[in-house]
Amino acid sequence: MSSSNENTTSSSGSEQSDSRNDTLDFIEKLSDVPMGKLPPHIDFQRTRVDCKADAPIHTDTFQYSGAYASMGVDNSLLDSFSSNFRVEVIRLEKDEMEFDMIGIDPAIANAFRRILIAEVPTMAIERVLIANNTSVIQDEVLSHRLGLIPIKADPRLFEFTENNAANEKNTIVFGLKVRCEKQGKRKGPKREGQEQDGQTRITVKSKDLVWLPNGSNFALESEGSSSNSSSKPKTYTSFTCSQDSLPEFSSNPVGPTDGDITIARLGPGQEIELEALAVKGIGKTHAKWSPVAPAWYRMLPEVIILKDIEDELAEKLVATCPVKVFDIEDIGNGKKRATVARPRKCTLCRECIREGKGWEDSLSLRRVKDHFIFTIESTGVLPPEVLFTEAVKILQDKCERAITDLC
Amino acid sequence: MELGSLSDPTQSTFSLVDEDHTFANAIRFTLNQDPRTKFCGYSIPHPSDNRVNIRIQTTGDPAKDVFKDACQDLMVMCQHVSNTFNKAVVDFKLSNSVEGMDIESDS
Ligand code: SF4
Repeated sequence: MSSSNENTTSSSGSEQSDSRNDTLDFIEKLSDVPMGKLPPHIDFQRTRVDCKADAPIHTDTFQYSGAYASMGVDNSLLDSFSSNFRVEVIRLEKDEMEFDMIGIDPAIANAFRRILIAEVPTMAIERVLIANNTSVIQDEVLSHRLGLIPIKADPRLFEFTENNAANEKNTIVFGLKVRCEKQGKRKGPKREGQEQDGQTRITVKSKDLVWLPNGSNFALESEGSSSNSSSKPKTYTSFTCSQDSLPEFSSNPVGPTDGDITIARLGPGQEIELEALAVKGIGKTHAKWSPVAPAWYRMLPEVIILKDIEDELAEKLVATCPVKVFDIEDIGNGKKRATVARPRKCTLCRECIREGKGWEDSLSLRRVKDHFIFTIESTGVLPPEVLFTEAVKILQDKCERAITDLC
Repeated sequence: MELGSLSDPTQSTFSLVDEDHTFANAIRFTLNQDPRTKFCGYSIPHPSDNRVNIRIQTTGDPAKDVFKDACQDLMVMCQHVSNTFNKAVVDFKLSNSVEGMDIESDS
């Protein structure tokens, strides 16, 4: 526009004002930007990720409250949050749950996910006292394996160790004593599911870990074996009372979540004798404390057919999709049309639009930016719904801490 | 810890120890939702440093107040999420009458 104006400057002034009037006319004739309402294309960019064959577009979120101020639209979510936010539970099992979280920003949803993985505390074996280990598995590898066993004990009943001596409020002690006899006879009472006598190898399972509510039985080295005769030899833990006398444990004994986890295998004559001390910790320090396996979310997929896809093309489309998002419906006259039957299943593999422009024009793959399909898979330490409320509480504590730090 | 200027309280940097993207990104969202915020952003100066810096510039109010309000907003949001979630779980358990699970709503 400006270059044409320059050209006309020298020739005649009237022409110039004409073209300027044209421009003004054009601008004036443009329809007004509707106030108080976003135009559909901008609203689309705000609420959807559009997945093209090469890459997704409009992936960012618009967090700034005044982002659409020029259109008279308030972009702040906080006021409307309480009325718009929804949770829908899809599946709830003992150790797993799936739910939809609708009307929340990814920043907050992601905070919950990160807290679930790294900051919700659990109990896990941290110290192992090995009295005897003649198995082929080395002490340090054995200890590491023990650490990874999820321990079923409510971490809310325990304190962090924080350099305190091990006591009944911060430590759980497990004993493990297994020996494979030369003849393959197993010492100790035979338990159901354990391998039969007469076998020459035995498998040490997590159910062999015995909870010791009175603390460690191993005497401290400095005390010497001679003091064992005294009434109470000093051990590696200083419990003031037995844990199973506490009301919270008497009804709910502590132990591994699963008794069938292999710890080691023993050959004839081999033996393991140890004590394992479990303490409270968080997944940030070591993944063994992570209560989830794991927690994740995905945005709700939206598959829209823009142009009718019929007959062979429809059948091709149905066959292409690996998770069977599409179905075929009859529209009379022997004609068939593709329909979207299970959009939620779409994994966004983009296989259906990979083949070229034609497909990309008739199919639109989208993600809803504020709808999260959250899945929490618990290791069994706590039920998944409790884990989530704990995670929310932890985020709240963080805010509280930030506020008190400032004062 | 607040790092700002004495003469101009509308802009400062808040340096929080023992925090990471989890808190900083969430608080950046609530800060952005506050119309008094002119600019806000965060950075983690070094990955092995357990610290995050949150920068806030406001349109006039003290940055500290805006930051505190953002924390409050986030807490209110959390509370609402927690309540809604517990309600949804209880409703789901009732409608499905899942056995062998105790209904727990501790918030
Ligand atoms: S993107 Fe993949 S999963 Fe989704 S509809 Fe297309 S082919 Fe199916």
